[in-house]
Amino acid sequence: MEPKNLPLWGAAAIVVVTLIAAWAFLPSLHKSAPKDVQVADQFPNDQFPSTYKPYPSKPTLIRGATVLTATDKEIDGGDVLMRNGKIVAVGTNIAAPAGAVVIDGKGKFVTPGIIDIHSHLGVYPSPSNEATSDGNEATRPTTPDVRSENSVWPEDPGFTRALAGGVTAMEILPGSANLIGGRSVVLKNVPAITTQAMKFPGAPYDLKMACGENPKRVYENKGGPSTLMGDVAGYREAFEKAREYREKWRKYWKAKKAGKTDADEPDRDIGLETLALVLDKKIPVQMHCYRSDQMATMIDVSKEFGFRIAAFHHAVEAYKIADLLKKNDICAVMWADWWGFKMEAYDAIPENIAMVDHAGACAMIHSDDPIGIQRLNQEVAKAMLSGRRMGYDIPRAHAVEWMTRNPAKALGILNQTGTLENGKDADVVVWDGDPFSVYTHAEKVFIDGALLFDRDNPALSPRSDFEIGQEDNANTGGAGQ
Amino acid sequence: MKTTLFLAAVSAFALSATAFAQPAAAPTTPVATAPLPAAVPSILIKHGHVYTVGAAGTLADGDVLIQNGKIVQVGANITPPAGATIIDAHGKPVTPGLMVSWTQLGIEEVQLVSETNDSAPNQALDSAAFDVADALNPSSTLIPVARIAGVTRSLTAPVDCGDVFCGTAAVIHLGDGPDLIVKKQAGVLVELEPNGGEHQANSRPDIWVKFRETLDDAREYWAQRAGYHRPGGARDQRSIRVDLDALGPVIQGQEPLIVHVERASTIRQILAYTQANKLKLIVAGGGEAWMVAKELAAAHVPVVIDNDLNLPASFSDLGATLKGAARLDAAGVVVAFQPQNDGPAHYARTITQIAGNAVAYGMPWDHALAAITRNPAAIWGIDSSYGTLEAGKDADVVIWDGDPLDLSAPTAVFIKGVNIPLVSRQTKLRDRYRDLNDKKMPFAYR
Repeated sequence: MEPKNLPLWGAAAIVVVTLIAAWAFLPSLHKSAPKDVQVADQFPNDQFPSTYKPYPSKPTLIRGATVLTATDKEIDGGDVLMRNGKIVAVGTNIAAPAGAVVIDGKGKFVTPGIIDIHSHLGVYPSPSNEATSDGNEATRPTTPDVRSENSVWPEDPGFTRALAGGVTAMEILPGSANLIGGRSVVLKNVPAITTQAMKFPGAPYDLKMACGENPKRVYENKGGPSTLMGDVAGYREAFEKAREYREKWRKYWKAKKAGKTDADEPDRDIGLETLALVLDKKIPVQMHCYRSDQMATMIDVSKEFGFRIAAFHHAVEAYKIADLLKKNDICAVMWADWWGFKMEAYDAIPENIAMVDHAGACAMIHSDDPIGIQRLNQEVAKAMLSGRRMGYDIPRAHAVEWMTRNPAKALGILNQTGTLENGKDADVVVWDGDPFSVYTHAEKVFIDGALLFDRDNPALSPRSDFEIGQEDNANTGGAGQ
Repeated sequence: MKTTLFLAAVSAFALSATAFAQPAAAPTTPVATAPLPAAVPSILIKHGHVYTVGAAGTLADGDVLIQNGKIVQVGANITPPAGATIIDAHGKPVTPGLMVSWTQLGIEEVQLVSETNDSAPNQALDSAAFDVADALNPSSTLIPVARIAGVTRSLTAPVDCGDVFCGTAAVIHLGDGPDLIVKKQAGVLVELEPNGGEHQANSRPDIWVKFRETLDDAREYWAQRAGYHRPGGARDQRSIRVDLDALGPVIQGQEPLIVHVERASTIRQILAYTQANKLKLIVAGGGEAWMVAKELAAAHVPVVIDNDLNLPASFSDLGATLKGAARLDAAGVVVAFQPQNDGPAHYARTITQIAGNAVAYGMPWDHALAAITRNPAAIWGIDSSYGTLEAGKDADVVIWDGDPLDLSAPTAVFIKGVNIPLVSRQTKLRDRYRDLNDKKMPFAYR
């Protein structure tokens, strides 16, 4: 098959692997190609496409709850109406459509579903053992060619526990052993038997990169990097190669467009292709970076090559450079109170999130942990209370954005989820009290309007295949465990 | 509850422990080698919602009088002694200082910086003699971080070391140093699960061979200790002398074995072994301990658990559940909480959250508070001097800005009667960077 006969992204598809994938996933290829197909002029970016479809839902009205919309608004006695998987009305005195399920929200709170922007569920699943540790391709320091979605084990019981904690979406990242760890993937937290069936439709890919101690610890005796300057040299070398790679392909596409049928097609390189997409700003970077100086360095590297850092993850020193983050429109992804487990985490403080937020930068919580992901509401509560104790006025209507709106923004899915606004995906949590109390539980969790967890209904507490038949051991298993 | 079972262990090797075996009603001279301030003036906390965690229960409007580092009176409308400092709690909760069981407070500064981490013996050593008391650093920045969150005591113990015997624990206070030790030789940590393949031994039978042989060696050694050093006086034993020495109080049933164990079957096995050999057992970890709750309760064996660890993290704890602590408690097991995470010492301050979550999953509130005060005091054998707000106890007292199990923070912390400044390295970093706009001089001058 000639490249010119391929659709938009076909130039690169001459590589056999891609052809196979294309044949499988693009029905249009099975038909004979039209005569005047445009020559491709960009890199392919839609492998492993999402097969997720919202589960059937009934029109549902939550009535008379305290609604935290994640748009700096708290509605007392508020109503939320969901229909066909979408939020269709938020306010007060909303009439229930005929046939709607009506949930009495008295004494309850409603928030958008929690989004964890930093999770390793599925790639470092439970149980953790030598057979299940798939989160770090720690065989070379730069692995832009790998993707976390190819490691995710959908049967990780951790997904069900996170669901019971109100988590409706999360980004699964490769680990931080490598300077460039590979692509991350955004998932809807729906039980599934394939990863594609969890993939958040339309969510962009991200590239996971890592600053600091981890890469040099892993590679100091394996050929480097062994220093921070070695880390930075590694990023720059990789992006310089990507720049050259992109140039080669651009030249090729230009020649083809100009009708030069004898133009030599460059060899495809899966890793450089990902980095080229990063340079094209199609794939933002999620950057693991603890220290203020490392973050400032990475901002400069991103400017040198023209890629976009969406957020610094584990940014324990973000409070020292909140102004710089604001100026560069980069979010900070933080814990409430993790600290001290390694040198670059020594300066973490519990007020970090509040101080970054107070400075007007984009702040959010993350778990990085299969236990912590179950209680991100409590982690936000701790951060909120720490901020209040230093004198900041932080209403809970605002703090809720640290686990909903802001991660949605940093993941590029804010137009679909992250707030309770008309037209958004009905990713909604009903809490049995103020979500910022330890005594409160996520009671009902809706994803695209479908009730997928109900604390009061054992039939709506999913159990992964791994937990089936383990009753003697696990007693119940499942989301409510 | 089951305090009688955990009489203060008076070990011949733990001189500092002896004072704490005396009756609580007779305040004793603290054994700390550092002199306390010559004259600690009286402090009267007024109008607290006082959770004594003792026989007096809760006082809706109570006072606590502190003198010379001790609680001397708890009740309503206490008349302030002359010169007393009066602190109005304004109806806020007042509790005993909290105790975290199984942390590395004082022996670990930065977990991954090896020169600051004294929490595990070399894996080549089977080391009961490895003693955290040899490494305690009262200047650790972790101590202020923990105590301004209300933690005043810690069972400082080794971490899982990848071998059977991981070392000897100590009870410390988090007040002013230099001597933090409340009780030495508070227990020997044993790791009995393969721990995800990270154990030196390949399998449970391997672990048990080593465990039993070492204790057999210790019994044989102690039976003929005087002759041990004579040529031919003792058989060649795998264990080295210092470890056998350290196991003396253990085989005599005075010092507990703190056994990290998760799987129900392993818990049953260690329970049977310790009962048959009359050893004191404390279950640590205990993801599936609730499945053995009845047996543990009958044997008066306590469980030190992080109840938040509800995942089947390994095949040893498939039954872990958020309801574990509540089920153990309901069965009559004495429960204490510990934060078992990647950096336990740093997360000591999360102990109230762990207790609060146990309440959210069925544990009565007052039992959860006891699990971070009175219960660990009993488990670790310091209940004559700590664990409740009662006359005669050390004045570890915390005033909170809200429900202490619901993410609240202290507004005042007293340890042995000393009013602890609510300052840590973290509060200083916060204050240094709270105004980023003022750039007349570098931050380093603040």
